[in-house]
Amino acid sequence: MIPELGHFALIVALLLALAQGILPIVGAQRGNAAFMAVARPAAQGQFVFVLFAFGCLAYSFLTHDFSVENVARNSYSQLPAIYRFTATWGSHEGSLLLWALILAVWTTAVTVFSRHLPEDMAARVIGVMGLISSGFLAFLLATSNPFLRLVPAAAEGNDMNPLLQDPGMVLHPPMLYMGYVGFSVAFAFAIAALLSGRLDAAWARWSRPWTTVAWTFLTIGIALGSWWAYYELGWGGWWFWDPTENASFMPWLAGTALIHSLAVTEKRGAFKSWTVLLAIAAFSLSLLGTFLVRSGVLSSVHAFATDPARGVFILGFLGVVIGGSLLLYAWRAPQLAAGGGFGWFSRESLLLANNAFLIAALGAVLLGTLYPLFMDALNLGKISVGPPYFNAVFIPLITPALFLAGVGPLVRWKQASLPELAIRLKWAFAVALVSAALLPLTLDGMNFMASLGLFLALWIVFTVATGFIDRLKHGAGSLAARLKALPRAFWGMQLAHFGLALAVTGATVVSNYESERDVRMNIGDHVELAGYTFTFQGATPVPGPNYQAMRGRVEVSRDGKRLDVLQPEKRVYHASGMPMTEAAIDYGLWRDIYVSLGEPLAGGAWSVRVYHKPFVGWLWLGALFLALGGGLAASDRRYRIAFKKETQQAGLAEAAQGQRA
Amino acid sequence: MKSRHKKLLAIGLAVAGLGIVAALVLNAFQSNLVFFFSPSQVAAGEAPTGRAFRIGGLVEPGSLKREDDGLTVHFVVTDTAKTIPVTYKGILPDLFKEGKGTVAEGTLGPDGVFTATQVLAKHDENYMPPEAAHALEQAQKAQATVVPE
Repeated sequence: MIPELGHFALIVALLLALAQGILPIVGAQRGNAAFMAVARPAAQGQFVFVLFAFGCLAYSFLTHDFSVENVARNSYSQLPAIYRFTATWGSHEGSLLLWALILAVWTTAVTVFSRHLPEDMAARVIGVMGLISSGFLAFLLATSNPFLRLVPAAAEGNDMNPLLQDPGMVLHPPMLYMGYVGFSVAFAFAIAALLSGRLDAAWARWSRPWTTVAWTFLTIGIALGSWWAYYELGWGGWWFWDPTENASFMPWLAGTALIHSLAVTEKRGAFKSWTVLLAIAAFSLSLLGTFLVRSGVLSSVHAFATDPARGVFILGFLGVVIGGSLLLYAWRAPQLAAGGGFGWFSRESLLLANNAFLIAALGAVLLGTLYPLFMDALNLGKISVGPPYFNAVFIPLITPALFLAGVGPLVRWKQASLPELAIRLKWAFAVALVSAALLPLTLDGMNFMASLGLFLALWIVFTVATGFIDRLKHGAGSLAARLKALPRAFWGMQLAHFGLALAVTGATVVSNYESERDVRMNIGDHVELAGYTFTFQGATPVPGPNYQAMRGRVEVSRDGKRLDVLQPEKRVYHASGMPMTEAAIDYGLWRDIYVSLGEPLAGGAWSVRVYHKPFVGWLWLGALFLALGGGLAASDRRYRIAFKKETQQAGLAEAAQGQRA
Repeated sequence: MKSRHKKLLAIGLAVAGLGIVAALVLNAFQSNLVFFFSPSQVAAGEAPTGRAFRIGGLVEPGSLKREDDGLTVHFVVTDTAKTIPVTYKGILPDLFKEGKGTVAEGTLGPDGVFTATQVLAKHDENYMPPEAAHALEQAQKAQATVVPE
């Protein structure tokens, strides 16, 4: 009964989404207030029904309803409750339902925080989001119904993929989707602005906080995914340039470019058409990412051929969204008035250059991700594009963008002087250069790539500091008061750039100075790595809730002093019989010690893998600062002040209209 | 500078930049593509020597041998028509099993032994690496005989 109710709720939600998508947009074009007024209640109603459907599916998972095919395939009677809940979005169907739910959450947020917008603008934005939602709900109902029954019911489930039975995976997909789907708001604002022909600074100011919040979630989502891969996959990598990772990284790059381009559009009225294009690109790449990961196309292009309904629907949907919005863009963009002019050396020009590098890097990642799929689909042979390609193209393309991240904030809008800036930054540049050349000596010898990365990180840190000093030099009151007076948008930018420097440091040091050993260890054997001594003390069987584990004990010591006893596990899950490596990590600010078990060998010995990973934690620390910066920037006072003012104006206008009527 | 000149300069710079980026990307692309060959293709001499490539197929049951160091392993990859002996030093991924699909990256020696630098880990027990599935499919087509599983 419950699954049928969920199914029914989804159908109602689709009808509401269609009403929300069509009526307000038609109303806005014709100036029909009654049609426009449908937007908010329809969107909120749709949210209630999608939430209800999601609740029904979660209930089926929590209560072990193995008569639902989705539950039978992805859950298990002994699966702990928290993973039964997360299994709700573990499958293709469930994850699409989560997508639809998060879209409804964002739409509802727009209905609440759009009171200050002109009524037709709000109606169009909510309408566009309704159309996207209709597409997703139709896809769910037509090809991927999560509530399908299994007759007869299964006695036992197949279990969730053990790799996903992990705390990191509880939060990663919702965060990632909050980011992906959040870009739909920026997209909807762009489409609404194109439809109305009102692409102005106000439009950019409305879009900015939404875009920044979405970007913040996406940053957290990607960081969690990378952290999960690091500790869960058992071989200590944090970024593999795997298509699933690229799928989330590409919208992030587009979103990063969009945030910076929106800043120019808001402050200077320039880059309007470019900003619109980026908003379309960021969301299109989010859609592409969702489908790449969730449709199975990555594991086999030909899976599409065996299930043509899904493939055709996906390609059709992508075609409508991307093609439709680009057509609209081609039609409307030429009518846009050019924004304020700017000199060849100005904050605008640097941000433009920064955007160009980000998009070039994005293009290179896109090529490496999709090319093998095309080759395969056209039967031109099987190839793979691995990390060497991505490193070879991504690093040179992102290096100038990182350099500019330091300079940009210190350069004046419209027209700046290069010699003046050079004088201001000569010390920062020189100190960064010399330290970057010398620092590798303290780590493990000269290394050009390490110096390059450290130079960029130090350069960003010094320029961030310069930015603070410039702002604090002038102004009244104590230092604390002056710090407090700095706008949150400024804090946000500076923290995010600082986070970037931390992440670059982490990536640079760990890539160039990590060390690893695979060894056979008998009980009592020692192995030395990077000054640490690892002693294997044997492995013992330990039962888990739905698996059986062998838990090893590896003592880590340095200079004869015991630091930690690490307990890596090798698990075998009951339902699937799938073996899994659970690494043990001694975390530290300056290094992680990472141990994982290989295979049992004769006489109680094991093959063991030990790693020394210097600075690896800085990657995620950096991501934390990036997210913190995003959050601060989005909560800047001026958005709220503008919000209040516009709400009052809207209220006055309504009141005036009411009097006239 | 007149605005028309400025525009031309900007366009020129953009085109030059795009050219450099394209050259960089395509060069990296060409030198880093990893091609895939099935055991039958390797046996037919289609695979390159001295350049890394990937092979895939099933790990032949009973072929996995471990040296005394506990780390060096030898196994045979088959597409049911032809086989390739493989050597690998390191810890095998969790889902590596005899009779199951696998993909290895490495180079082919003059003695016909494939020295793997990487044996790929996959995320799911029931999931056959697409390359391995492809190799089996091709071999089946070539043989036109039914091979169990």
